[in-house]
Amino acid sequence: MSNAPRITLPAWIDIGVIPLVNILMALVAAGAVILIIGEDPVQAVQVMIQGAVGYDEGIGYTLYYTTNFIFTGLAVSMAFHAGLFNIGGEGQAYFGGLGIGLAVLAMDGFAPGFLIVPIAIAAGALFGAGWAFIPAYLQAYRGSHIVITTIMFNFIAAALMVYLLAGVMRESGNMSPETREFAAVSFLPFMHEVFAWFGVTITRTPLNLSILWALLCCVFVYVFIWRTRWGYALRTVGQSERAAVYAGISPPRIVLLAMCLSGALAGFVGVNELLGVQHRLLLNFSAGYGFTGIAVALMGRNHPVGIVLASLLFGLLYQGGAELSFEMPTITKEMVVALQGLVILFSGALAYMSRPWVEKVYLLARGGAERRAA
Amino acid sequence: MDDTILLVLRTLDATLRVATPLIFCAMAGLYSERSGIVDIGLEGKMLAGAFAAATVAALTGSAWLALAAAVLISMSLALLHGFACITHRGDHVVSGVAINILVAGLTIVLGNAWFRQGGQTPSLPADARFMSLDLPGAEAMAKVPLIGQAYAELISGHNLLVYVGLAAVPLTAWIVYKTRFGLRLRAVGENPAAVDTAGISVVWLRYRAVMICGVLTGLAGTYLAIAQNAGFSRDMTAGQGYIALAALIFGKWRPWPAFGACLIFGLLDAVSIRMQGVELPGIGEVPVQAIQALPYVLTVVLLAGFIGKAVAPKAIGQPYVKER
Repeated sequence: MSNAPRITLPAWIDIGVIPLVNILMALVAAGAVILIIGEDPVQAVQVMIQGAVGYDEGIGYTLYYTTNFIFTGLAVSMAFHAGLFNIGGEGQAYFGGLGIGLAVLAMDGFAPGFLIVPIAIAAGALFGAGWAFIPAYLQAYRGSHIVITTIMFNFIAAALMVYLLAGVMRESGNMSPETREFAAVSFLPFMHEVFAWFGVTITRTPLNLSILWALLCCVFVYVFIWRTRWGYALRTVGQSERAAVYAGISPPRIVLLAMCLSGALAGFVGVNELLGVQHRLLLNFSAGYGFTGIAVALMGRNHPVGIVLASLLFGLLYQGGAELSFEMPTITKEMVVALQGLVILFSGALAYMSRPWVEKVYLLARGGAERRAA
Repeated sequence: MDDTILLVLRTLDATLRVATPLIFCAMAGLYSERSGIVDIGLEGKMLAGAFAAATVAALTGSAWLALAAAVLISMSLALLHGFACITHRGDHVVSGVAINILVAGLTIVLGNAWFRQGGQTPSLPADARFMSLDLPGAEAMAKVPLIGQAYAELISGHNLLVYVGLAAVPLTAWIVYKTRFGLRLRAVGENPAAVDTAGISVVWLRYRAVMICGVLTGLAGTYLAIAQNAGFSRDMTAGQGYIALAALIFGKWRPWPAFGACLIFGLLDAVSIRMQGVELPGIGEVPVQAIQALPYVLTVVLLAGFIGKAVAPKAIGQPYVKER
């Protein structure tokens, strides 16, 4: 992230070709792993694509996973724009879910759905933001490093949730660590229900209205980052803190702003998972989505459009990977986790490795074209 | 009275056992971070080492070959980290996260493909593991009150790697503070330009630091898989790499204080098991989760500057670009 480009390449190479080359390298490495365990990578890809987009139910599941990744991807990118690395998306998503759970459990006895749902969403944002606020404050005003504190907060959130769900919040008589089921008024409609209102029948899947909320968040993030003065200030701090101070921007306040928005976005995972699908607060519902957000943001180059595309790819991989483990039992669904690591490695840490080669090919091609023209 | 002493000794004994991987990892992180390379990837390297050790031990039945494999695998991951951070000047944290996630997935995929036990490796027989050693005279000494008991319960009866881990601390302190390599290591983490000006290769120094880090995380993994346990199970590191990182920060990137932090965190772990369901006078029952979360909370509090100030090596996380 700190390598200055040596020559200027056209934009389409910089934002199109190089990221694709990086992802390709990750996929090739994953293919090599599949070869090592004695399976056929080409067949694996076919099974995954068939499982993810080959039939209605697969598509529904793919988009349902995509929804989570959009939220966490946006969360990580929001912090990235301010020059911060938020590894705490996992904990913020988890804690945001606690906010949603508390709000619904407190109100679903008497309040109508049109009141509960917005309040619960706001509570998710608030709790997610709150969990990000403490590391942000410590970074901004006490100089402790946000990477370390957000990691620590992931573990603290996990311990806290085990405590709450195994004890205080557990439904009496239920052995598994989860709360009672929410009242039906708080459920977000599934997409198959929404389509049924208009007389269209689609397959039942966990896909629910949250995906529209996720897309709305993309628009919000785009407008906020590139079309408001706060977003401008945020990007300025991310580019150069000294320049920001010189321009009269207070970096500590921007750090707080960026991290709280980041935490709020991560908190929305609970909207999809709890209001949309599970209808109760349960252990580990965030299931690593916060970490996947890092891969999504890096792959999507911190732009909402890129994040939606990267989320789709990861949605496809998650659903396809689940299918794959049925069809080819040697390949477990954790293959997707390994691939996620490879994507972070190649499009994050080694993002500039392919650049010299691409430069060479580009110069060679341009040189050839110029010679032909002359 | 005698029972109390025995209880205390046994708790300390358990502390030493759970603290050993933390000590290895904290020392590993110390070399890396003192040279300016942030290492979030201790967890992943340790997990990979554990998997390699368990796999090789299961296949060959030799604990020593397993140890070599673990060190080799952890070191190659460390070199990958170095390749990304030193050679390609990538973001250290991103690279570390990538390694952690990659290993978390890969160990399960490979383990399942090779052994078909849901990501676990087969349970190892005793001769493929590092077993407890009884130090000379332990049995005779056990009858001597206090000192003898301490010798028999606490000092004797650990496996070889526990003693190696304990030896790693003074060795690290000596290397970092008393040798030429150590001086240069500390310098390159504070001011790489000065080291470069003196005609010493920043790149080679940092590569050596991450390689040492790889060796030590490999030992930590070996300990987990074939000394403390009899095989690999999925995610068996369970966040201990991060606790070690916390201990390193808690010890302000210095060997002895980091060792102390490892022992404190180990003690918390050992105590939390005994504290389950115990009523404390005045406080009532302390939830196990509260004790488990304590290392993390303490580290955050320390980082916030409320108990002393943890100042990282100055050039940490910054890529070094040689002036042209």
